[in-house]
Amino acid sequence: MDIYLLEAIINGILLGGVLALLALGLNLIFGVVDVVWIAYADIVMCGMYAIYFLYAEYGVPLPLACLIAIIGVAGLGVLVHLLIIEPVLDSPPLNQLLATGGLLFFLQSFATLLFGTEFRNIGVRLPVLEFASMYVSFARLIAFVVGLIGAVALYVFLKRTYVGTAIRAIAQDREIVGLMGIDQRRVYLVVSAVGGALAGLAACLLALQYDVHPFIGNTFGPVIFMICVLGGLGNMIGGFVASFVISQIIAIGGYYSNTELAYVFAFALFIVLMFIRPRGLFAP
Amino acid sequence: MLSLAAVSAGYGSFQALFGVSLDIKRGEAVGVIGPNGAGKTTLMRVISGLIPVRDGAMTLEGQPISDLPAHRMVEQGIAHVPENRRLFPRLSVEENLRIGAFIPAARARFAEQLDWVYNLFPRLKDRRAQLAGTMSGGEQQMCAIARALMSKPKVLLMDEPSAGLAPLVVQQVFELVHKIRAEGLTVLIVEQNVQQVLEVVDRAYLLEVGAIKLSGTAAELKGNDFIRAAYMGL
Repeated sequence: MDIYLLEAIINGILLGGVLALLALGLNLIFGVVDVVWIAYADIVMCGMYAIYFLYAEYGVPLPLACLIAIIGVAGLGVLVHLLIIEPVLDSPPLNQLLATGGLLFFLQSFATLLFGTEFRNIGVRLPVLEFASMYVSFARLIAFVVGLIGAVALYVFLKRTYVGTAIRAIAQDREIVGLMGIDQRRVYLVVSAVGGALAGLAACLLALQYDVHPFIGNTFGPVIFMICVLGGLGNMIGGFVASFVISQIIAIGGYYSNTELAYVFAFALFIVLMFIRPRGLFAP
Repeated sequence: MLSLAAVSAGYGSFQALFGVSLDIKRGEAVGVIGPNGAGKTTLMRVISGLIPVRDGAMTLEGQPISDLPAHRMVEQGIAHVPENRRLFPRLSVEENLRIGAFIPAARARFAEQLDWVYNLFPRLKDRRAQLAGTMSGGEQQMCAIARALMSKPKVLLMDEPSAGLAPLVVQQVFELVHKIRAEGLTVLIVEQNVQQVLEVVDRAYLLEVGAIKLSGTAAELKGNDFIRAAYMGL
């Protein structure tokens, strides 16, 4: 096999790790709260700014800056739920979409106002690894490994704890969980915090690879939605697998032409698949 | 133990219960019978807090519980086996039981309760890793009852446990009710299957158009001409 193609495939797999983390967070919130957070990628943007300012401007050690960002974005998730989602929980889906869409524009405009439109880099230069004359970015490798660890941690949380089991139960029968002594509102807050924490973790991994600017959410937000819909909205495993399908399409498409055209191809394929399998690749 | 005094409730502008009063003593099994749409399920949902009490008072062991939401009722000792079982179909049997023991007091004695429930329903132990939605109707009913028992309730509410099950399975479900009674639990059971429910309860109330029309011991109701003609087809 062509060594450059192999390199593209490996980079595609590594990209999939971070996308999977975000797809899991978005799917978790949608599956449980039943609201799509259109502004999810922009919440990641907030986390990236937090890391930039803490580390690059105020000299906080990077691991501590990441930890603060994860906790901060988890808190932001709770805030988003309380201020924006809770008031529209019983509204029609379109109103919910408009509310979280409004948050997207608010966050982007607010970030532009506060920080300007310039691209900022946290300035961590990680080496590019070379093996068998292929080049793999170390930052991507870290992002992939940490992304997978995050996914496993989420799986263990959902599978092994009482609250995690309650989260899965509420996604299956919203009304009846009250009879089990479960306070639905508290589960929603936990899920928003966990979804926020995943966005915060993704922010740490993305800050290592990309410059932060107010519109960075636009570059990967649509891809994450595409992944979630392709995997079946709310289907965690479907979203996880779809992350790697999409990242491969982007990587291999980028190898044969360029990245921009690869995105065009990925979205075109997505539209076609929506005609063939409107409920996602993995719908029964 | 559980007492309702002139309780009214409904959905929006529709009133489903009109001043319902009933009393259940400790260790008793009480039935509520009546036609479709009489408000039987509403009554159960009011007692478990899913529907708010509009008027009247509800007490458990003398404590007022009228204003508590559903998730607080479980702590008070009321467990509800809902109509149509409502298991979490994509959770395993044991995960369903774990959800039944969600409240802190129940988590602390999870292992002990699980043993008790598995002893009571050995079939569930064999099926513990199976997804609840893939079991037969009778097994699902067993699991739904077991899930409610996991919180170690003082009062067990059962809404139409025999609905939608084959006649032979209905028989098995009533045998389960017998078993639970033998454990000394206080049970309130709603049923359309009048003949069979009168075999397992001590007393029963007849609910029609949201109000109690008749009440008496199971023997009295079995001998009542109106009940025999309207509900037992005799």
